[in-house]
Parts: sequence; structure tokens; C-alpha cells
Amino acid sequence: MNFPILSSLILLPAIGALFIFFVRSSNSQYQSSKYVALFITLANFLLSLYLWIVFDKSIVDFQFVEEREWISGFINYKVGVDGISILFILLTTFITPICVITVNATIKNRLKDFLIAILILETFMIGVFCSLDLVVFYLFFEAGLIPMFLIIGIWGGERRVYSAFKFFLYTLLGSVLMLVAIISIYWITGTTDVIKLYELGIDVKYQNLLWLAFFSSFAVKTPMWPVHTWLPDAHVEAPTAGSVLLAAILLKMAGYGFIRFSLGLFPDASLYFVPLVYTLSLIAIIYTSLVALMQEDMKKLIAYSSVAHMGFVTLGIFTMTQQGIEGSIFQMISHGLVSAALFLCVGVVYDRLHTRLINRYGGLVSIMPKYAIVFMVFTLGALGLPGTSGFIGEFLVLMGAFKKNILVATIASLGVILGAAYMLWLYKRIIFGKLINEDVKKMVDLKRFEIVTLWLLVLPIIFFGFYPEPLINSIEVSVANMIDMNDLDKINKLALGD
Amino acid sequence: MENLQLIIPELFISIMIMFLLIFGVFKKNSSQLVYNLTTVSLVAALALIINLDAQIQSSLFNNSYNIDSLARFMKILLILSGIFVMLSSSKYIQISKISKIEYPILILCSILGMMVMISSNDLIVFYMGLELQSLALYVLASFNRDNLLSTESGLKYFVLSALSSGLLLYGCSLIYGFSETTNFNQIMVNTKEIEYGLTFGIVFILVGLAFKISAVPFHMWAPDVYQGSPTSVTVFFALLPKIAALTVFIRFLYIPFYELDDQWQMIIIFLSIASMVFGAVAAIGQKNLKRLIAYSSISHMGYALAGLSTGTTQGVQSSITYITIYLVMNLAFFSCLFMLKRNDEYYENIDDLSGLSKNHPLLSLSLLVVLFSLAGIPPLAGFFAKFYIFVAVINEKMYFLAIVGLLATVIAAFYYLRIIKIIYFDPEKEKFESKHNLGLKFTLVASTFFILAYFIYPSGIVDIISQININ
Repeated sequence: MNFPILSSLILLPAIGALFIFFVRSSNSQYQSSKYVALFITLANFLLSLYLWIVFDKSIVDFQFVEEREWISGFINYKVGVDGISILFILLTTFITPICVITVNATIKNRLKDFLIAILILETFMIGVFCSLDLVVFYLFFEAGLIPMFLIIGIWGGERRVYSAFKFFLYTLLGSVLMLVAIISIYWITGTTDVIKLYELGIDVKYQNLLWLAFFSSFAVKTPMWPVHTWLPDAHVEAPTAGSVLLAAILLKMAGYGFIRFSLGLFPDASLYFVPLVYTLSLIAIIYTSLVALMQEDMKKLIAYSSVAHMGFVTLGIFTMTQQGIEGSIFQMISHGLVSAALFLCVGVVYDRLHTRLINRYGGLVSIMPKYAIVFMVFTLGALGLPGTSGFIGEFLVLMGAFKKNILVATIASLGVILGAAYMLWLYKRIIFGKLINEDVKKMVDLKRFEIVTLWLLVLPIIFFGFYPEPLINSIEVSVANMIDMNDLDKINKLALGD
Repeated sequence: MENLQLIIPELFISIMIMFLLIFGVFKKNSSQLVYNLTTVSLVAALALIINLDAQIQSSLFNNSYNIDSLARFMKILLILSGIFVMLSSSKYIQISKISKIEYPILILCSILGMMVMISSNDLIVFYMGLELQSLALYVLASFNRDNLLSTESGLKYFVLSALSSGLLLYGCSLIYGFSETTNFNQIMVNTKEIEYGLTFGIVFILVGLAFKISAVPFHMWAPDVYQGSPTSVTVFFALLPKIAALTVFIRFLYIPFYELDDQWQMIIIFLSIASMVFGAVAAIGQKNLKRLIAYSSISHMGYALAGLSTGTTQGVQSSITYITIYLVMNLAFFSCLFMLKRNDEYYENIDDLSGLSKNHPLLSLSLLVVLFSLAGIPPLAGFFAKFYIFVAVINEKMYFLAIVGLLATVIAAFYYLRIIKIIYFDPEKEKFESKHNLGLKFTLVASTFFILAYFIYPSGIVDIISQININ
């Protein structure tokens, strides 16, 4: 395979952004730059789909590996995919075109700049999921802050400045320690190449501190309780497309990082810190669910539900069982689709009524029946009804958790109930209830492009809910290999005293 | 006589200074011409230096003047920055009515002084170079003599700088007293044993040098001088003296005091941490861009010192890389500053940038790139600069320094973000002029491109710098 397919995936959006940048801006060309962006992102999606088809799911090794000298004698630019990362790439390339479609309604000014920001962000996001070198990973991971900061700050709501700053500084503060850890790894082992590091392993005596440094970055990004407070602010103020990208993909970088780096590089430390992660995850699941119940702002509610869902993800990863990790990955993909869809749904009504307060709505079912249907699918997906993708993820995570610790699993199961509570209550208050607000009566049902985007998200949510095989199939070998390679099972047994 | 070939660039600049001085006096209204001739002679001097053998290693005048790869690289850096400063500020000095023949000649004088500093291998030669550059800089700082702030800044710089030179000289005399020589290499040979007087000498010299690169706690002059001087002089202050002072730092620490690293390491670490943290915190409340960049450069010097404090070749190389990238970033920043002009008046307050992105998208984009790079966000050049420093620092297991440094970048990120916020998020103000002279545009485009595209081929500069011989 000589064609550098991964590098093309990474570079294509950036080239598109450059192209849009150099096209002269006048009002008539605003449309054309939108089509360019749509074309580029769709092409990228097709390319990643092709990648998924030719990807050999039965091989444990990284595939499509490209390696080039970058900083001579020090760091190589190295990218490659395994069964886990390929799903996240697909998710990224699938969500981005949807974001591009939504700009029509949501972005009123400086459309061109917005498209450039989204395309650049896509480049960085794909880069994160492909990179097989710690420094390259860090580079992409951090670089994503710049476009996201601008997206929130320029096109955001009223408190956008505060939110953009909070988002940027929180995540930056979290990740600087990771940089120290990465450089330390280089001096301890002599390489930052992930594949080599998997083979070499890292001395147990260093693992705990390094794990904590990585954890500080991923915990902020996930976000885990108690460093989650940037997320509701960022979500509330970001424009719809920004919220979608943030919830669907940026949060997944951390979950991916936990699997790839925390488990992969520091298995002993991961085991050591399992109680910490369990505790934080459970608090996230229960506490943020309760907080979500009390929210009056739709976006805030969904943001808190994201924290709770990501709590399931971290919980699943650190069960260190096949089911738990697979469930976490599945949950991330599913949450990527569902939360993206929910934010789009909020965007739809926000564009019409210009408020996100739940009590301003009510009785939408008679005014916007089409909207009520799709919103219901997403609500059910979010609360994990069997038959939607959300169920599979939560179910597998809980299965893994029951295998390890019944108390933890029981508490986490309570979270599922709470999840159902706040989602159904949200649905009830918006869609059903009495039509009080006069303005609501004037709202029109879904427009064509909204139908397209939302149904595009309905399909995979239901499809993977009934037939999760393609996704599970893709990750199975890689996850099993991860567990084998690091003797996670053996470590587990020792810890359990078998 | 054969050795004189090696100092042809210095000789050339000296001759040009004298020639231009006479020429300028005899030819009326020749300030613009002299300015251009100065730029040309800098280009010629650059060619002469590049012409030297890259791996050259020889010392002249009884081993008091070093022409080596370090000197060659730093001089190239120095003169290149000088050329770009001249190119970018030509319009500014005309409009600010400071276009006199003395201006470019003083700049040449101070560049000559810096070249002597860079090559010096002897306390006396070093001091001579230092004074030549400082005296020229005092005058330059107060060049806009009708402006109260400018005069004040010149005076302030003069008084404080004279004080630091005094300390430095006292340190030199102590070193001389305890080592019986002024030659750097001889000092190293003669100071195997540590004596109190020697330690005092080292401390005094380091204090003097710290003053020159405005490291905390010897930074007090920097904000006032940066703000008060004409912007064309501020950019000069922000770039060239730092190169010379850093080179002298390297020379002192790695030749005469190399064996005494346990004496100076703690001092450098302290200077470094104090500068990084203070520079980051103090810049938060600033309203004037020049003052802000003064604090920012204090902070940046902290990082450069962090590299030096490791006491390894790798550390020195990372510092040199840092200063190189720092120069480009500051050059780009000041080029943007030169573009904030409306009706023959330059604007330098942060609020003047409000909503700049709507009227001047390209200028704002450059500022965005520069500011994120100054904040050290990947994939811009500023990130790599910090990255190399931390690689060197962590290799020496100085985790505390690394973590403090990285936390300081987060604090510093705040005020860079604040400027970006004002440019991109705030409501727009009146338009600035969009016509600029070619030199300024070229400087901005070249430096921004360097910052933006550095990640594509980061090895280039590192390879060149790794060729430099320190000892």
C-alpha cells in the first residue's frame, strides 16, 4: 500500500481550508465556499469509508502505517490505524459534513472563516486518532484548541468570551503536564514511538507519575468530575456546529487517549488507579445526572448528560475487561452520534425561537410532528433504550463492571435510571405539555436540510442498535490484543486474589 | 595580518559608520539616503559573515577575540534581525519625525558593539563591546526628544544600565583579582578552586548580564523603556541586544565558569523561574501593547535561561533555537504594530485592536498566528521553541523547572488570548490605513510564514544549531 491514505485524510481538510481562504470573499461566493467545504468533507468521509473497507479486521497490528523523519534523529512523523482508531476517524469524517450542512441556518456572519475553522479542526481531530507518536499526538491534541477557541469565541452566544477562555485555559492547563510526561518517556525509553513503546514497556517505578500526568490531561478533556465545569459553559455558548463537534469528537479524544496511552503504556499504574477512576466515574454518573435534572437550559442539560455518559466510558475502560473496553468504545461512538443529534435538535428550535430555556417551549408535538419523531429517537438513544446504539454501549460497560465489582456496577446502573429520568422529562416538557407560548405556535416544522441531517443520524443510531456487529467486529481483535499484550487479565486476577 | 580577514565584517561596519557620518554631515537632507545605505551595508556585512567558513574556530589578538561557529551563527542572526528591523521601521521613523542621519548610524554603532560582545573572549574586550552598544542605545531610546516618555525612557535606561555596568565591572575586577587574568580560557584554568571572592565575582557578572536581557528581578527598566521609546527603537531593543546578551551569557557560563556550574546553576534557575512567572503574571493587566510585549519578552528570556541552566550542550542549543524563534515572533508582532496607522498616527493600545479582524482580515490572521505562537500552542513555531527547552531541561531531571515553566505558559496564554479576543470577538472600530511600504509587508509575510510553516520541516534550524561548537 503505497498511497499515503492516512496522510491524505489528515491533509485534505487543511487543503480545502487553504483553498477557501484564497478564494476572494464576496457575498455570492459565500455559497460556493460552503459547497467546497461540503465537497471536501464528503470526499474525506468516502476516503475513510474506503479505508474501513480495505482495513483488515483480523490483524492485530497497526495498518497503513506511514513513517517519515520529522525532527531528525528525535521524532518521526508516524501514523497508523488499528480497529479502535479507525472507528473514531469514521465518526469524525461522518460528523463534520453534517456540521457543514448546518451552517446555513446557524452562522450568520463570517461564514468563510467558520468553514475554514471547521476544516482545520477536522485535520487536527483526524490527526489525533491516527498518530502513533506521542509528540505528534500531543501536537494534534493541543492544536485543536485554536480553531475551537475561535469557533466558540467568534460565533458563540452572549457569554462566549468567558466560555472560550475557560475552555482554552482548562484544557491547556491539563495538557501541559502531559507534555512533561511525554518528554520524560523519551528520556526513560529513548523513543516516543507508540508501537515501540508497546513492545518495550515502561518501568513500573515511573508508571504512576506518568499515568497521573496523562490523566490530568485526559480527565479535563473527557471531562471527568470535578474538572468538568468548562464543558457546560462551552456547550451553551458555542454555535450548534461547535457544540456538535465538541460533544461528538473532541470529548472522544480523551477516551481514546485513555485506551491507547493510559492502558496501553501504563498497565500497572492503570490498575493501581482503578479505585480513583471508579470513584470519579461514579460521581460523574450520579452527580451530573442529578444536576442535569435541575437544568433549565436545554444545552446545559445535554452537556451534563454528556459528562454522565463519559462517566460510563471511563468506568468501562478501567474495568479492563473485554466487554468493558468494547462497551466504552461503543458508547463513545454512540454518544458521538446521539449527542451530535441532540445538539442539532436544540439548534433547530433555537433558530426558531432564539431561546434555549425549556419552559419557553411545550406542546411542540402538534406544531412540529416531524421534529417530535426524530427528537424521540435521539432521546431514547440517549437514555439507552434497547434497539438503539446507546443500549449496547451501556450494557457492555455494565457487564464488564459486574464482572469486576458488583457495588460499582449497581451504582452505575442507577445512573441509567437517572438518565432515563432527565431525558424523558426534557422530552415531555418540550414536546408534550400545553401550548402556552404564542411564539411557539408560529414555529415551522423541519426544513429539508434539517430532515436530511437529522435522519442521517437516526439511521446509524438504530442500525447499530439492532446490529452492532460491524463496530464490535472492528474493535474486537484490537481490544483483545491490548488486554493480552499488557496482561491486563493476569493483573486483574492477581488483584482479585485468584 | 592574515587574521584580519576574519574580522572583515566588523571592520567593514566600522568603516561604514565613519563614512556615513561624514557623508551625512556634508550632504544636505540625506537622512533617507543614509538610512538606505545603512541597510545596504548591513546586507553587505551579512554576506561577508556568511562567507566565513561555517566550522571556523580561531582566536585573534592574543586569544581575546573569538571567531567560531557560535559567533558566526549569532552574528548572522544579529545582522539579519538588524536588516529586518531597518526594513520594517523605515516608514515609521519618517512619520514620527525622527528621521535624522544619526539614527541609522547609532544603530550601526550598537550592532558593531554587539558583534564585539558576541566574539569577545576577554573581559576587557567584552566590556568595550557592551559599552559601545549601550551608549548607542541610550541615545536611541530618547531619540524622540520632544516626547516626554521617550526622554524619560532614555534617562531611565541610562541610569539603570550604568548601574548594572558598574556591577558588571566590579564583578570583572573580582574575577581578575582571583584568577590573575582577563582571558576567558585562562580564567577557566586558573579557577579550579572556589573562593568566596570568585563567587561574588560570578554573581556580580550574572546580575549585570541579567540586567541586559531584562531577567527578573533586574527587569524594572524594560517596560518603561519599551513603552517610552519610539516603536522602531523598541523593536530593536526587543531583538538585537537579547542576541548579544544571550551569547555573552553562553560564553561566560560555558568557558570561564564552566567548572563552577554548581555556583551559578541555582542563580540561573532562579532568574529563569522568576522571569517566566513574573513576566506571565505582570503582563495580564497591561493596556499598552509595547509594555505588554516587554513583559512577554521578560517571560521569554526566562525560557531561554532555563535552557542555559541545564549546563549541557543540548541545553545551550535549545536556548539558541529558542532565541531564534523568539526573534522571528517578535519581528512579526512589531511588524503588525507598525501597520496600526491612521492619519499619520500610530496606535499602540490593546483597545485600538478592537474588532480588527473585520476590517483587516489578513493582518488579524498574522497577529493570531503570532500570538498563538508566542503562547506556545502547537503546531506553531513557538511551541517547538519551548519544546526543545523542556526536552533539554527534563533530560537533566529538573522537573520542577519544567513544570513551573509549563504552568507559566498557561498563565501567559491568558493575556495572549485576551489580545486575540479583542481582535476577533470585540466590535469593530475605525479602519486603519491599508497601504504599507514593501519592506514592512515583506517582513510580516516572511516572519508569519516562518512561524506557520515551521512544523513542516523543523529539523532545518536544529541541524544548523547542532553544528555549533560551544566549548
